[in-house]
Amino acid sequence: MEHYNMNLTVEVWRQKNKDDKGGFKSYKVKDISSEMSFLEMFDVLNEQLVHNGEEPIAFDHDCREGICGACSMYINGKPHGPWAATTTCQLHMRAFKDGDTIVVEPWRAKAFPVIKDLVTDRSAFDRIIAAGGYVSVNTGNAVDGNSLPIEKEKADSAFAAAACIGCGACVAICKNSSANLFIGAKVSHLALLPQGEPERRTRVINMIEQADKEGFGACTVTGACEAVCPKEISIANIARLNKEYMNASFSSDK
Amino acid sequence: MLDAKIPAGPLDQKWSKYKSTCKLVNPANKRKLEIIVIGTGLAGASAAASLGELGYKVKAFCFQDSPRRAHSIAAQGGINAAKNYQNDGDSTYRLFYDTIKGGDYRAREANVHRLAEVSANIIDQCVAQGVPFAREYGGLLSNRSFGGTQVQRTFYAAGQTGQQLLIGAYQALERQVALGNVKMYSRHEMLEVVVIDGKARGIIARDLVSGKLERHFGHAVLLCSGGYGNVFYLSTNAMGSNVTAAWKAHKKGAYFGNPCMTQIHPTCIPVSGDHQSKLTLMSESLRNDGRIWVPKKQNDTRRPNEIAEEERDYYLERRYPAFGNLVPRDVASRAAKERCDAGYGVGSSRQAVYLDYADAIQRYGKIELGKQGLDTADAATITRLGKEVVKEKYGNLFDMYEKITGENPYEVPMRIYPAVHYTMGGLWVDYNLMTTVPGLYALGEANFSDHGANRLGASALMQGLADGYFVIPYTIGDYLADEIRTANIPTDHPAFVAAEKEVSDRINKLMGINGSQSVESFHKRLGKIMWDKCGMARNAKGLQEAIQEIRALREEFWKDVRIPGAVAEYNPELDKANRVADFMELGELMCMDALDRNESCGGHFREEFQTEEGEALRDDANYMYVSAWQYAGTNNWQLHKEPLNYEVVKPSQRSYK
Ligand SMILES: Cc1cc2nc3c(=O)[nH]c(=O)nc-3n(C[C@H](O)[C@H](O)[C@H](O)COP(=O)(O)OP(=O)(O)OC[C@H]3O[C@@H](n4cnc5c(N)ncnc54)[C@H](O)[C@@H]3O)c2cc1C
Ligand code: SF4
Ligand code: FES
Repeated sequence: MEHYNMNLTVEVWRQKNKDDKGGFKSYKVKDISSEMSFLEMFDVLNEQLVHNGEEPIAFDHDCREGICGACSMYINGKPHGPWAATTTCQLHMRAFKDGDTIVVEPWRAKAFPVIKDLVTDRSAFDRIIAAGGYVSVNTGNAVDGNSLPIEKEKADSAFAAAACIGCGACVAICKNSSANLFIGAKVSHLALLPQGEPERRTRVINMIEQADKEGFGACTVTGACEAVCPKEISIANIARLNKEYMNASFSSDK
Repeated sequence: MLDAKIPAGPLDQKWSKYKSTCKLVNPANKRKLEIIVIGTGLAGASAAASLGELGYKVKAFCFQDSPRRAHSIAAQGGINAAKNYQNDGDSTYRLFYDTIKGGDYRAREANVHRLAEVSANIIDQCVAQGVPFAREYGGLLSNRSFGGTQVQRTFYAAGQTGQQLLIGAYQALERQVALGNVKMYSRHEMLEVVVIDGKARGIIARDLVSGKLERHFGHAVLLCSGGYGNVFYLSTNAMGSNVTAAWKAHKKGAYFGNPCMTQIHPTCIPVSGDHQSKLTLMSESLRNDGRIWVPKKQNDTRRPNEIAEEERDYYLERRYPAFGNLVPRDVASRAAKERCDAGYGVGSSRQAVYLDYADAIQRYGKIELGKQGLDTADAATITRLGKEVVKEKYGNLFDMYEKITGENPYEVPMRIYPAVHYTMGGLWVDYNLMTTVPGLYALGEANFSDHGANRLGASALMQGLADGYFVIPYTIGDYLADEIRTANIPTDHPAFVAAEKEVSDRINKLMGINGSQSVESFHKRLGKIMWDKCGMARNAKGLQEAIQEIRALREEFWKDVRIPGAVAEYNPELDKANRVADFMELGELMCMDALDRNESCGGHFREEFQTEEGEALRDDANYMYVSAWQYAGTNNWQLHKEPLNYEVVKPSQRSYK
């Protein structure tokens, strides 16, 4: 792979805290290697800011391996930037070229208030899980793992849905700020498995109710979420969510 | 005198006897007892959920924005359990034996045996939670092999096992949050332990959003705060992983066990330049099918595909025919370093070896051909079928490799090099997982307990969940049964006031330095000293130098670090400064420990102590002990030794040949 260096302009959203109005600020960075990750470019920029006595840009990140779901930058109008199926931390600078201007904003949704700069509060997702995204099985109650065979195909689909990293990109891109891809992924994961069966009805109703309370919008199936999801969570999960919700709402034994 | 409190009786009956005779707390009393859990990785989330289910009042803390993002999420390869589903000769004893041997005879038999005993329950519990483990066509759970063993006992969910296990534990935790049994404090960092009358009674935590300090009381405190590999700056750990919680406990009286025992993982993506912020692991499971090689000729700059079969040195297969590419991590890492140091390394930095899938693709392609009933096919079809199988098994890892390096590993061999990965050392704990401070426990990677001098792959997830789901619910009851009369201590108690003042004084001191160098730059310099002198190979001279260099660096840090921003706000630079300051103290202790241990064992390789073939040379007569260091003031520690008595396994020179 050929490497190259570039000089860039980065327009970043700066906001001191949740009450501040916030606005864009423009920065120049030099000699950025195409081998760097996007966040390493931010590291360089932040070192530069600290050196100049300015406050570095706050952003969430931890694993830098595309799995924890912490990183969450809206890059050039797209959550997680230009590469498909890629988190911000796995985006690499060879996606850009010398002289580019890159615009970086936080997730914007009523349910994800900004804490500072690019950092938002996504605890609403935790509360949606707490509303029903689990199997009620206390430690020690389990039977032998192989006592209940599960068709490979079903197990694989459950796994594909369970791959969601809770990043919130689906909400950030949605014009309605709907959390339905996130919820659909969890509801599908558990609905596809026999272990999820006993709580199948209450789970979906409680999770949707919680999402309404948190201020997430309704889903109009535009499909934007699927296109930006770094884990390629399929929109079929929203269809399953709707079906599960209908079944649960109309069943007599709620 | 250190007392590990190992129950009497034969090894395989200790735990069952303990469980049936330990003290219990009745349900009404459980409701009155408060437990603080620091960390919500596999160890912390499983502990908090299980203790909440039992009826204790639990407060759980993590510094990320959600408990679901703990470092455990990144574990790729799998989790071991002695289920013997494959009928290939596995048993509790064999898992126990492999772990003791893999740890190069520096772990405690009783703890390891218990770990092997509960391993099977972990899989059952996770399946019941809906963890989507990989399955066979018949619908039963699938297994794969990992380094250092000859059976297939590793359960996995593609390359995302840690994620799926953590999500399972996180969901169990959120369920307890909804039921009101657990109160969750995200974006909170514990910065001090509060000790009253010799017992741990609470913590001081900083709300990372507002910057405010908080006091929290607990009848017991559990540290599940993970490992300290980031003392090396570059490691496979998440950026935020740190030693602060454990270090504060250490300075309040908890002994630190085997601090120098670090694991260097053989298969990571090599460093690409000075900008590097972390290193990415390529799961050990890749060594199942991949073959590791370097050119037979020194400084060979040809492309890998231009180097003919007979010009390649499959050095692991050559040196260790019995285990081949699946030797334990310490052995594989040192072998890679040896080849690169001798001038056989590849890639532009010459600090890399190849991990090649070409053979595996052909082998799987042919098997697939047979399965599909085709007996003849052109080479292209075989390759295509083989690639499909490899993609199904390792697809996400191959994608990650391509995103990072820009190279397609289905076509060109991956370049890999060892990197810091895991810390076997940690807070010293007894059989109950209690540290030397009564009421203060350590679970998961934060303790030193089960892996001796080297951890086998897929055993950390097992240990974290064993500690949290199946061990602590019993052992903590044994302690809390005597605490039912202890009323909640109000947090205006002088000990809380003093602890909070210590924390705020240090923060103010840090902020007041107003120097000229960034926290990051100090961390990088510390990491370089540690990697060069306390890394994959160590010697007495280097370690002595490192201690002096670290002291000097620390002095410079406290004079010249610059932390922008304010205290009473979200300030990641300040959080980082708090952590790096502690890493700089830990680094010195690690070097002291490495210097004390005049032998090589597992991940601790002292160049002075090796066999003629370059293998680690243990000294059982003099070093068959756990080093437990007691903090005794700045730059000062006292060593206590816990002798290791092997009653069942007979230590021998570890051989994988
Ligand atoms: C890339 C990678 C792959 C791995 N793959 C495998 C594998 O396949 N199989 C295997 O068995 N092992 C694997 N391991 C090792 C394993 O993942 C870890 O050892 C294990 O997950 C550690 O779990 P833990 O619960 O002890 O700690 P962590 O998961 O590290 O959790 C630590 C928790 O403590 C919290 N915390 C820390 N300090 C504080 C503080 N001061 N205040 C408040 N909260 C705090 C954090 O927020 C976090 O919640 C891998 C490790 C890495 C790096
Ligand atoms: S569904 Fe995709 S985009 Fe939405 S939270 Fe999950 S991983 Fe992120
Ligand atoms: S930092 Fe973890 S997914 Fe990006």
